[in-house]
Amino acid sequence: MAVDLDTTSVRALNESLHRITPSSNERHWRIVNPRGKHAIAAGLTQPIDVEIDGHVGYYCAGMNQNARITVRGQAGKGLGENIMSGEIRVTGNVSECAGASGHGGLIVIEGDAAGRCGISMKGVDIVVKGSVGHMSAFMAQAGRLVVCGDADHSLGDSIYEAALYVRGSVGSLGADCVEKDMDATEIEALGQLLKDAGVDASAREFRRYGSARKLYNFHIDHADAY
Amino acid sequence: MCGIVGLFLKNPALEGELGRHLKPMLIEMTERGPDSAGIAVYGHDAPRDWVKLSLYHPDSTFNWAALDARLRRDLETEVRHEVRANHAVFSVEASAERALRWLKDHAQDVRVMAAGKRIELFKDVGLPAKVADEFSLGQMSGSHGIGHTRMATESGITTVHSHPFAAGLDLCLVHNGTISNYHSLRQWLVRHGGMSFESDNDSEVAAKYLAYRMKEGATLKEALEAGLEDLDGFYTFCVGTEDGFAVLRDAFACKPAVIAETDNYVAMASEYRSLARLPGVEQAHVWEPKPETVYVWHRAGHA
Repeated sequence: MAVDLDTTSVRALNESLHRITPSSNERHWRIVNPRGKHAIAAGLTQPIDVEIDGHVGYYCAGMNQNARITVRGQAGKGLGENIMSGEIRVTGNVSECAGASGHGGLIVIEGDAAGRCGISMKGVDIVVKGSVGHMSAFMAQAGRLVVCGDADHSLGDSIYEAALYVRGSVGSLGADCVEKDMDATEIEALGQLLKDAGVDASAREFRRYGSARKLYNFHIDHADAY
Repeated sequence: MCGIVGLFLKNPALEGELGRHLKPMLIEMTERGPDSAGIAVYGHDAPRDWVKLSLYHPDSTFNWAALDARLRRDLETEVRHEVRANHAVFSVEASAERALRWLKDHAQDVRVMAAGKRIELFKDVGLPAKVADEFSLGQMSGSHGIGHTRMATESGITTVHSHPFAAGLDLCLVHNGTISNYHSLRQWLVRHGGMSFESDNDSEVAAKYLAYRMKEGATLKEALEAGLEDLDGFYTFCVGTEDGFAVLRDAFACKPAVIAETDNYVAMASEYRSLARLPGVEQAHVWEPKPETVYVWHRAGHA
């Protein structure tokens, strides 16, 4: 199926995509002329393939379940926000808050991601071939953020859990985010994730960061202070 | 919420098309700012020893020709003017100081929207498409231009409160966000910089602040770097000067911005959809500008 967003509205496109059932024949969709429109292919639930040729606006592929969505271009704010499962791939750069609060699935960004990549992530795997901006993985709770380039300042600020892997430099670590050791099991798991994401990089070149688990502890010794 | 757009042409051969590209960029930002809209275009140079003044009068039947005649007579100098809706661009063979002094003394009901060698500034209340049409934005030419669509949060919806805000000569600014320390900064600029203000808008303070720094000798880049220290709040700015074009975001960078650059132009907007119909944008380098980072471009030979 081919859909031209110069002649079809995003609402009509998304309604068509939402009507797909496990028995539908249209399993492969190609979308042209996205021209930065918002919420393209948001809310999909079926394991279909969607290819978007061109740059998309905000909240592309938000809330995705099961679908494999490819953007051949750049993406605006909130790519794959609250993704539950499936795979989203962007060949260019993405704006801030990619994969925000994502619960599962995989997001692959072949260019750079701007600030707050993986903010409040809750289980999604995000692999960025380029670099990420400031405050990425802010308040991250679960999942993995892999950065093949550099991470800007305040990486993992106020992190609960989640594993952050960076191959290049880190501008600064945010509150309660610390470097951690990587054992053989983790190196192997990261290698598998890089392979799944189609990224040619050695897991051994990455350093791992995570929660020091100090920020949210209530120390009974300080009870008098409250 | 507001929408901002800016287009800086690296290739002078495209200057005749500036308005044609800037107009759809502005209109695409209608949903971010339906209250009012404005544009500043850096067009042809005023002749040597002339100044260009963008003037506004709320009465659309105002007699601009009579103002032209009075200026010509009192200053004993050449004057030309071109009317666009409730604005007129006056070119006066005089220093900016002398022309502005005369207007202050003899035409208090006329508002000076901008003054300089190249800037022409037009703004009004209403939907961006209406504002673009009433000033014939699509036909304008120039090396760079910036525009704004406003959804007011901090002050009234009038022509004077609309963006862009000009300050000093040829400098103007559009802003998406809020400046939280604008009141104290305005007092400081009045006391230390001898600046005067046309509105109670926070963005006007940011424009006058940059003009003050540049009057003190700072380059555009240095003025914006100083602004990172002194302006408290959330902002994405697009700034134009006689020869320069700049983008700046605060440390949090929560007000949106995207830049597209090709060999022919640099374009910025609050959202990519404003850039989506620019020629060659599919192959452009497109990225989100970083927080606390000054991005500046200058016309060739003017850096």
